[in-house]
Amino acid sequence: MKRRSFLLSGGAALTVTACGANPPEPEYGADPTLPDPERGLLPSMVVSRPTAWGDATPTVPNGYAVSAIASELAIPRQTLVLPNGDILVAEGSGGGAPALRPKDLIANLIKSQGKSAVKGGDRLTLLRDADGDGVYEMRGVFADELNAPYGLALIGETLYVANQDELVRFSYRPGQTQANGAPERVAALPSAINHHWTKALTASPDGRFLYVGIGSNSNITERGMEAEVDRAMIWEIDAQSGAHRPFATGLRNPTAMTFRPGTNELWTVVNERDEFGPNLVPDYLTAVRDGGFYGWPYAYWGQNTDPRVRPQDPEMVARSIRPDYALGSHVAALGVAFSSPAMGGAFAEGVFVGEHGSWNRSVPVGYKVVFIPFRNGRPAGDPIDFATGFLDNGRARGRPVGVTLDPRGALLVADDLSNTIWRITPTVGS
Amino acid sequence: MTRPMLTIFQTSGLRPIHPVHALLLAFTAPMCLGALLSDIAYASTYQIQWANFAAWLIMGALVGGGFALLWALISALRERAARSRRQLVYALLLLAMWIVSFVNALVHAKDAWAAMPAGLWLSLTATVFALLASWIGFSGLRAGDLK
Repeated sequence: MKRRSFLLSGGAALTVTACGANPPEPEYGADPTLPDPERGLLPSMVVSRPTAWGDATPTVPNGYAVSAIASELAIPRQTLVLPNGDILVAEGSGGGAPALRPKDLIANLIKSQGKSAVKGGDRLTLLRDADGDGVYEMRGVFADELNAPYGLALIGETLYVANQDELVRFSYRPGQTQANGAPERVAALPSAINHHWTKALTASPDGRFLYVGIGSNSNITERGMEAEVDRAMIWEIDAQSGAHRPFATGLRNPTAMTFRPGTNELWTVVNERDEFGPNLVPDYLTAVRDGGFYGWPYAYWGQNTDPRVRPQDPEMVARSIRPDYALGSHVAALGVAFSSPAMGGAFAEGVFVGEHGSWNRSVPVGYKVVFIPFRNGRPAGDPIDFATGFLDNGRARGRPVGVTLDPRGALLVADDLSNTIWRITPTVGS
Repeated sequence: MTRPMLTIFQTSGLRPIHPVHALLLAFTAPMCLGALLSDIAYASTYQIQWANFAAWLIMGALVGGGFALLWALISALRERAARSRRQLVYALLLLAMWIVSFVNALVHAKDAWAAMPAGLWLSLTATVFALLASWIGFSGLRAGDLK
């Protein structure tokens, strides 16, 4: 079936599509088949309109339970579990890149249909479950007046927060529920334009370094090469001095990072480029090599040249590292967390990935939390659905962002559409 | 007997088009030509701002040319009895310019070099149609004195 017009299908999804309406499922894993690039006269756009959860909750596997531990937040993105079990939630909405072309105005209007109307909180909310019954009865604002905070990391008694324009720190004593005052700047982060504004953050196991994920300033250089200086890379920042160096480059939008427990391996999920076909380019999960170049903008999935980039750079194409594991094109991976035996059963060894869900695909993908099983520290097997039901008959009830493991045996999922934090736990005794 | 095509370009005895119609028509050729020149500049420098300029200039051609086209169609309908072949050719040329420019706008909505080289050829085609329409339009569409 070919559709070549703006249309509202069933009132649920806003659709603009020029390509085949039923592309094959995207491929996963270490060696996905890459189709030829395609782009009709109109990009395929299906934005799932929001609907309420009502009494429904995400669907989780047998032997697991899910509950909403906080709702009516102001755009929750990433969470951090503090040593005493308290949870910090980063809430905010950044960006605001200017529309440069007539297309930007129209595309922004369509994409906004799939987002929450709530204004970003620019704050950190603290949740506490004092008696350990899984109900977070205490809730307060730990810090506010931040600028689209996203990444969170704790090193000893210092809490680091990656705003969309700077890395800041608060002192933090165990049990503290409110920051002592305004934060201190550690380092300025690239923030001009901020097409991809989220600043992912994680700390090295030894606490010496922070790693900040900085997204590109365009889909595929359509804002010019000058806009991409210091973009599409992971910075390593010295926690003491704030000095930085590029740790790895060519990562289009590294939206979440974490270290594999017990190792010095930095892992990240990356959102790849759009308007290149329903099954191009796969978003991916990869261990990040120090000094590695991962292709953007010149190449994708290893050494496949992207013809949309001028001037081209065959040397950079030749240098491009192929990532470890394809998550599927357009799934929009925004969260990553290693599991632990506390999660139990089939989900003890591997990685949870939060998938915000697609817009650039006639059949939506993502809108769920998946689990990538690992063996010997490497991905081994296809993704397994861990939390689904975010998409219901073409309408989006929620959109997963950050996923965080609570060492007590729970996975926290931030949902920035329904403004909820979901907590998924293995059912005791099952 | 059919008149030879040359009469299309014969300007004597034709009355000028309405000033507002002329104003609208005046958008088309410079906008299309500007888009073409911007595309050439992008193709030769890879400076993305030229591609942005082209996208907006095409939008300008669509808006100005769209109203000129509307004017041409309405007057062709209203004056059905006295409609001249010039009017018809003029309206068709504007229509061709508009359709090509619309496709061109979609092509220019592709990111970076994905708009090329198709965008450049479409800009050239739209420019040719706009110039022909302007030539005919500004020469006057109908015979007769100003009343």
